[in-house]
Amino acid sequence: MYHFLSTLDRRWIFLLMGAAVTIPILLELQFPEEATSLAHAVFNEIEQLEEGDPVLLAFDYDPASEGELGPMATAFVRHCCEKKLKIYFIALWPVGPQMIDDSINRVIKTDFPDMVYGEDYVNLGFKPGNEGVIKVIVTDLKQLYSTDDRGTDLDQIPMCRDLVNIQSMDLVAEVSAGYPGVKEWVQYAATPYPDQIRLVAGCTGVGAPLLYPYMPEQLKGLLGAIKGAAEYEKLVVDRYDREAGREPDLKYLEGKRRMGPQLVAHILMVVLIVVGNIVFFVGRSREGTNS
Amino acid sequence: MKPEKTISIVLVGLAVVYLAIRVSSGEMATVYVQPLDVGEAPAQASDYIAGTAFPSPSRTVGVWVAALFTLFIFSFLYRDNVFYKFAESVVIGVSAAYWMVVAFWTTIIPNLLGKLSPAWVRSWAMPGLSPEREDTWYLYVIPLVLSVLLLWRLAPKGAWIARWPLAFIIGTTAGLKLVGFIHADFLGQIRASIIPVIAMSADSFDFWQTAKNLVLIASILACLVYFFFSIEHRGVVGKVARSGIWILMITFGAAFGYTVMGRIALLAIRIEFLLDDWLWLIDPTAKRIGLS
Repeated sequence: MYHFLSTLDRRWIFLLMGAAVTIPILLELQFPEEATSLAHAVFNEIEQLEEGDPVLLAFDYDPASEGELGPMATAFVRHCCEKKLKIYFIALWPVGPQMIDDSINRVIKTDFPDMVYGEDYVNLGFKPGNEGVIKVIVTDLKQLYSTDDRGTDLDQIPMCRDLVNIQSMDLVAEVSAGYPGVKEWVQYAATPYPDQIRLVAGCTGVGAPLLYPYMPEQLKGLLGAIKGAAEYEKLVVDRYDREAGREPDLKYLEGKRRMGPQLVAHILMVVLIVVGNIVFFVGRSREGTNS
Repeated sequence: MKPEKTISIVLVGLAVVYLAIRVSSGEMATVYVQPLDVGEAPAQASDYIAGTAFPSPSRTVGVWVAALFTLFIFSFLYRDNVFYKFAESVVIGVSAAYWMVVAFWTTIIPNLLGKLSPAWVRSWAMPGLSPEREDTWYLYVIPLVLSVLLLWRLAPKGAWIARWPLAFIIGTTAGLKLVGFIHADFLGQIRASIIPVIAMSADSFDFWQTAKNLVLIASILACLVYFFFSIEHRGVVGKVARSGIWILMITFGAAFGYTVMGRIALLAIRIEFLLDDWLWLIDPTAKRIGLS
């Protein structure tokens, strides 16, 4: 057994991991979620806003991380729509506008058709310049944004006419897959203007550990990876579907659905780590005995 | 022929036969669209059944290309091969071209030419742009000159001239980053670490918050001692530094766990794409209800 495990081809591990992810997807395995304090913090920040309050949704991710961040972006948009907030979309990643359009099509145009572009939501699109853009728009948005994503002059858009800078937003919600992302929003928006800008965020699993130190002073709430998305989804769905006695649309449960393969794959990972360590220590003790 | 090659050929052959049967029965990978006044929009199968949508050949080919490229990349897990190299090269080439086009249309046109000559840019590229120049429009001549200097490195002589704009970029980036890190990370984190050792809530002693604060303070101090190399790590200092290593290891472990979660999520979404959008073996969002 020891010889078999110590010489096992790593491709069998790949195959096992593939099966651990594929089988739960095929069987549509799902497990109950309980929201942690981090997800509650994000939910409460949006929940405490009043109808008509302006919020900035910054979508800084691309198709490569859509699987991880798409569900929380969908939940953010839905939550803002349910609260009837004025939504300003923005992107610092070149493909961010496509992610914004995707969320608008999935949520606003499908489930909130009464919302009017330019009055209830606007897509300001992508601006190059990374953190430089944040640095400018915290004091003067129109220095960089003269038009929206469609090329319409901002002065002709009702909800942008009197917009000076993003300090007038009641909340900034950032969904980020890396640089520029949450860290830059903390450094150049939330930290210099702690009384004006409240920031909540969702990020990939790789980025989450680096952002925890910013909580709760510089970052009011954080959704880490697909787990954070599933928890936030649950809070939104419980509040706006289950309390109303209706079953939620399946597109609002994508995070929860994707936690099924996560659980099985993580169990496999733990087993592999334990087995790997046993093989290592057995091998070391045998080497000691032989020498 | 090697048994490995035989098995590979048999498996690929079976997959091709299976796909041919599914395609011929129209039970996979079809994308529907709805016609709009200008262009078309993605649609559901229910729209197709209602007669308001039709299959889109171009988008269907897109699904096939995405699926095949996913499999090409996955094939590297078995061994480096020509399909993986092909997919890798295409991704690199497409990315480079995409970034060039994006930079042209989002930086050079609106941020440079649009500032220097807005009326001209408005006439052919940005109809929503105001034709009036800003008061300080002439300042944008500086980045234009710097851009030309930067490209000078491609010239056979005087490549050193490109160092001047490069120095400008490095200097401004360093200045911008320095302020951000000092404010948000250095000072901000020191401020966030100054917390009460004994926490009270509603005039009563809060045990768990006190415990959390103590662990936080002790962890910070232990990690700082570990990185303090002016004193030899022996005796009490050595023990504290050793506990700092343990705390760092726990942090790395948590980061690794999160990374695993992120990577598994990426794997899961690709497999879900193959099973749902391509093969139609699952329908988790009920988007094909009504299709036989």
